[in-house]
Order: sequence, then C-alpha cells, then structure tokens
Amino acid sequence: MNTQVSAEPYDTGIIRAFALATVFWGIIGMSVGVLIALQLVFPELNTPWEYFHFGRLRPLHTNAVIFAFGGNALIGTSYYIVQRTCQARLFSDALSKFTFWGWQTVIVAAAITLPLGMTTTHEYAELEWPIDILIAVVWVAYAINFIGTIARRKPQHIYVANWFFLAFVITIAVLHIFNSIQIPVSLTKSYYVPAGAMDAMIQWWYGHNAVGFFLTAGFLGMMYYFVPKQAGRPVYSYRLSIVHFWALIAIYMWAGPHHLHYSALPDWAQSVGMVMSLVLLAPSWGGMINGIMTLSGAWDKLRTDPILKFLVVSLSFYGMSTFEGPMMAIKTVNALSHDTDWTIGHVHSGALGWVAMMTIGSIYHMLPAVSGRRAGEMYSIALVNVHFWLATVGTVLYIASMWVNGLLQGLMWRAVNDDGTLTYTFVESVVASGPGYLVRALGGAIYLTGMLIMGYNVLKTISAPATETSRPEENAPDASAGAAAGAAA
Amino acid sequence: MDLPLLRGLMTVVMLLTFLSLFLWVFRGGKHRFDDAAKLPFADADDAHSPTDSEARTP
Repeated sequence: MNTQVSAEPYDTGIIRAFALATVFWGIIGMSVGVLIALQLVFPELNTPWEYFHFGRLRPLHTNAVIFAFGGNALIGTSYYIVQRTCQARLFSDALSKFTFWGWQTVIVAAAITLPLGMTTTHEYAELEWPIDILIAVVWVAYAINFIGTIARRKPQHIYVANWFFLAFVITIAVLHIFNSIQIPVSLTKSYYVPAGAMDAMIQWWYGHNAVGFFLTAGFLGMMYYFVPKQAGRPVYSYRLSIVHFWALIAIYMWAGPHHLHYSALPDWAQSVGMVMSLVLLAPSWGGMINGIMTLSGAWDKLRTDPILKFLVVSLSFYGMSTFEGPMMAIKTVNALSHDTDWTIGHVHSGALGWVAMMTIGSIYHMLPAVSGRRAGEMYSIALVNVHFWLATVGTVLYIASMWVNGLLQGLMWRAVNDDGTLTYTFVESVVASGPGYLVRALGGAIYLTGMLIMGYNVLKTISAPATETSRPEENAPDASAGAAAGAAA
Repeated sequence: MDLPLLRGLMTVVMLLTFLSLFLWVFRGGKHRFDDAAKLPFADADDAHSPTDSEARTP
C-alpha cells in the first residue's frame, strides 16, 4: 500500500472547475442570504418588484448554498478523492464535463425560475419538473462516473471516504426521484401525486435525508480524506469509521418525521422519528470524535495551520449541531422550538459551521493541488487565517442571535394569562425579534466578507506562479500549510 | 406467517446484522485496517504524507 503511484495523470482540470464554481456560487448564495436577512430587519428592502421579495429569494438562497455551493463542493471533492484513493483517472472525461456543465445549467435554471415564482412549494425541492428531470440525468451520469472510477481502482480496498460518497450518490438519486412524483400541467407547473399527510411524510423523508446524505454523508466523505491528509496522519480509528458508516446510514433514514411533530402524521410515526433522531447522536458523535482524534499527537499543528483549523472547528460545529438536533427532535422540546428562529439557528450551525467550513478547508487544501502547487499551498496563508476568524465569528453571531430569538418567540407564543388568553400578540414577538435579526444579518455579512477574501485568495492562487509566493516555510518542508499566520501575503 | 410476526422477525434480523457488523469489524486485531487507513497517503504528490515516525497506527 505504500507504493508511490507513478504519473498516472489524474483529471485535475475538472476538479479546478468544480472548486472555482464552489467558491463562486458560495459568494452568490451567501450574498442572497445576507440580503434576505436584511429584508427581515429593513422591510423596505422588499422592493416593488416581486422577483426580489423575501418569499421568492429565500428558496433561491437555500438552493444556491445547498445545491450550488454544496453540490459543486461535493461533486468536485468526490472526483478528487476517488481518483487519489483509487489511484485511477476518472472513468470518463465526457461524463465529468457533462456533470459539470449539467449541474451549472441546473443552478442557472434555478436562479431564473425561483425569482419568477415558479415553484413546486416543496421545501428544498422547489424546482419544477423539467429541471427535476435534468437533475436526475446529471445525477445518473455522476453516479456512473463515480462508480466507474471505483471499479477501475488499483488498491483492493475501497477507502472509507468513498463509501460515504457512494451512500450519498445513491441515496440522493432515490430521494430525488421519489420526491418528484408529480403530474405536469404545463411547462412551469406540476402537482404532486401523494397528498395530505402522505405528501408531508414523503417530503420530510426527502428533506431530512437531504440533510443526512447530501449535507452529512458527503461531507463526512470529505472529512475522512482531508482531515487525515491535512493533519498528515491516518484517521484515528478505521474500525470506528466502518461502524460509523453503517450506523449513520441505517439510522438517518428514519429521522424525517421529527419535522412533523404534533401534525396530522400518525402519532407512532412521530415517535419513531423522535427515537431514531435520539439514537442518531451515537454515530454522529462517533464520526466527530474519529475526525478530531485524528489530530491526537499533532495538536500543535492547530496553532499554525488555519486550513486544519477550518476542518477541526467544522467538526466541532458538527458535534454541536448533531447534539442540538436530537434534542430538538424530542417532542416536548420541539413544542417550544418549532416554527421559531431556533430552527434557523440550528440549520446554520450545521450549514455555516459544519458544511461550509468543511468545504472551505477542503478547497484550501485541494485547489492548490490541482493548480500546480503543493496541497494546501494557497497564495496567502495569512488570508486563510483571516477568513477562519471571520467565518468563526460570523457563525457564532448568527447562531447565538437565533437561539435568543427562538427561545424568545417560543416562550412568548406559549405564554397565557390566568384566564387562558394569550399574553402576547404575534406581532409583539416580531418586534421583540428585531435586535436578533440585526445581529444575524451582521454575522452573515461577516461570514460573506470571509468568502470574498477567499475569492481573492483563490484567484491569486490560480493566477500567480507558485514559485514566488507563500513559501516562506521553505526550510520547514513538513509544514507547507503551516506557515505562521502573517508570514505570507 | 402473519405480518406482525414478520415485522418482529425483521427487527431481530436487523439487530443481528448490526451486531455481526461489530463482530466483523473488531475481530482480528487492531492493525487489520492499517493499510486501508493509509490509502490517502499512497499517492505521490504532496508534502503531507506522513513520515515513518508520524504514521501512527490507530
């Protein structure tokens, strides 16, 4: 296994394209996020044009950050990781190009249709049927390309990161197809076949497994490659990673009903969703511990390597949100948290903290490696460090303000007077949420600033020659990414 | 066989499957998966490959 691979050329061009698209769509998607956050603070920003109202831009924001930013990151890193751990070039260059341009077409179609108000109204599955078909075609091409590459592998063993990506690829195909069973009535409008509680159940089976497999399993695949790689040591326990994998994918499937507590869904189904969500804490934390403990014996690297900081702090946020999630899935807690900003805070603890930081750390490792530099050798490590602190502060401001708002709203809505009437009107809870919305918009803007710095750093990394920049650590060859903050740039 | 019995048996089968996964993983020594764990470092290009002293076994 220690044989050095000779120059079997990997497809690096497609990786670079996906990495650049990730950063580009990340900036776009988060900009829309900051705009709609500001719309909640300053309602005047809902301009006379309905295309830019909160209700139209919100699905644009979620689709852009999940499927454009996250999707490009997932496909790009999976192509990078599968080539290197299988020591084989991607199965088909044509399919690689097709997945890239096909996926960008889906994103552009979403960016046009959602502001125009074309929507299925299913959360995280708003895109209308012609785009759904395109997604399915691109996804099948992606699956063939990924599995084909694994089939060509040189080592006998399939590295655990690829297992997570495989689960992600296959499950998303199943989820997407079954949550898109709809009858078109025109080119831009369709209706779902299942109705009522069944529709809701299928929707949240889809919705929560989009979290579980798109935003978790795929990013755990990244974690199992980039954390060991950036830390320079194998994963803490490979045996744990196998148990982690099977436990996670077996349990996630059942957690969806926790989105439908106290609804028309049968009570037993709600309880199954709650219990399975609680059990989910075990594999989630097993994976988090496995990732963080990979640094055991090399903690000092955290002092100097901001890329590793991104990856490890990402895992910390993963641990936080996978503790918070099961807690919020308990029916009595959910009675307080449901429909409040606590949910939004929880989602962004996962999205900004876990998903985006894991993506950012991975791109900082991967992009130089496919741009004629050493892995992790960005144009400016100092700017990576600045980005790390902006991202951390932005995330903390965001989730703390949403916790406060969520508890405030939940408590105000349930407060009753002695005679049984409500203590507060709804609008009083909206007024009370104002300061939290301002802090949230500030946190989001700080996070976006970090992404803009990343955009600059990325552009310089792919355009500036590697030899004359960011190599002050020439004398310390074991720490290419470990340049002391401030030494570079 | 009626449906409730089948469902109960299914639960038992899934539990046994899960327990045998644990047995399979933890049978045969700590170092059984060492080669697999080192796969990310098997390709040549980068500065992050662990040196001998660094390549700790889990």
